[in-house]
Amino acid sequence: MSVKQGLLALLAEEPMYGARLRSEFEARTGGTWPLNVGQVYTTLARLERDGLVEPVGGSDDEGRIAYRLTAAGLSEIESWWLTPVDRDSTPRDELVIKLALAVTAPGVDVQRVVQAQRTATLRHLRDLTRLKSRASDEPSANDVAWLLVLENLLFAAEAEVRWLDHVESTLSRMPAAAVRRASAVDAVAGPSDTPRTAAALPKGARA
Amino acid sequence: MSADTAPVLVLDDVSRVHGEGETEVVALSHASLTVARGELVAVMGPSGSGKSSLLNLAGGLDRATSGRVVVEGVDVASLDARGLAALRRRSIGFVFQDLNLIPSLTAAENIGLPLELDGWSVRRARSQALDALDRLRLRELADRYPDQMSGGQQQRVAIARALVGERTLVLADEPTGALDSHTGEGVLKILRQRCDAGAAGLLVTHEARHAAWADRVVFLRDGVVVDETGTAPTADSLLTEAR
Repeated sequence: MSVKQGLLALLAEEPMYGARLRSEFEARTGGTWPLNVGQVYTTLARLERDGLVEPVGGSDDEGRIAYRLTAAGLSEIESWWLTPVDRDSTPRDELVIKLALAVTAPGVDVQRVVQAQRTATLRHLRDLTRLKSRASDEPSANDVAWLLVLENLLFAAEAEVRWLDHVESTLSRMPAAAVRRASAVDAVAGPSDTPRTAAALPKGARA
Repeated sequence: MSADTAPVLVLDDVSRVHGEGETEVVALSHASLTVARGELVAVMGPSGSGKSSLLNLAGGLDRATSGRVVVEGVDVASLDARGLAALRRRSIGFVFQDLNLIPSLTAAENIGLPLELDGWSVRRARSQALDALDRLRLRELADRYPDQMSGGQQQRVAIARALVGERTLVLADEPTGALDSHTGEGVLKILRQRCDAGAAGLLVTHEARHAAWADRVVFLRDGVVVDETGTAPTADSLLTEAR
């Protein structure tokens, strides 16, 4: 998505001028995507060039020009709502690449890489939870937008922790030789120092 | 250290070993942990990592093989069975995944029961139970039996019971077990509020989303504390500023 669709979506409600488009956009996306007013005007100029918006009359007393959607603009935004977001173009995730490399690189203690990331992600999750718990019991429409954005970040962080747990448990089931190969250089402080006693626990004694 | 800043729970280099020789199993190995008033600490880790062992030791349900467990300044090892039972009644509340409430007693009776067992009069126990319900805004549940309450309400009543009277330490083992995510969140919110109001909480969970309600997370693997997320809350991220 680009700023273009955001502005078209707002103009579908009523005509607005640039500064108001900017503040509405920020308020409704939970402040996760700050825009500058120059960006808004550049985008409006392109939308006008492409026949998707048009000015409503002349400028007002303060020199502001309001814009509204054309029929083509309305059709563009209606089709955008129902077009699924293309996940094939998802940006590469540094963490995924880092762990994939860690598993195959000699001398890297993957367990510690996983643990360090999980600690950071759990902290992030805690901070998000605190923000959420402060939210009002009777949220306004903009608050709801903000909460949904927050929830999305919570789910993403939670998914990351679950994936890290999965990585850890997958690696712990790998043949010892494979694990040793991956952590040969790190043998001094490596995972082999960690007692592996739980595997011998009788069922009743397990946590 | 004053009474307000002294930790409510201290585990100092605690190990728990079952069996001996070839059948020896280390459930917990040299674990150290403190929980202060106002603090909620989560314990995470895979199955068999020692989470429940740690909770049982903290609650005086099991005794450490070595190391010290101190609750409200009292070394648990120094107590006989009767002293331990009294400590559990007076200082420690448990919230488990299920089997929390006695079906033949109302919410208020369930909450007042540990006080009655401790020699309080029925009337005084009830008054304390109603106070505990008031604090959680659950007064209307006082005279309902467990089967007249939803799962979420029962679990809230269990938290009220865990913190009735002078009890300061609440130990929770997967307290949101069978509840849906919204109801489970309500239960954690209440646990968090009780800790903010001065209780000390230890929460065993395998859900990162639940652990996120805690001030810090202690991570166990194979009976060993492998990590702690630290005590200081990080800045509330850029989100608040951007808002």
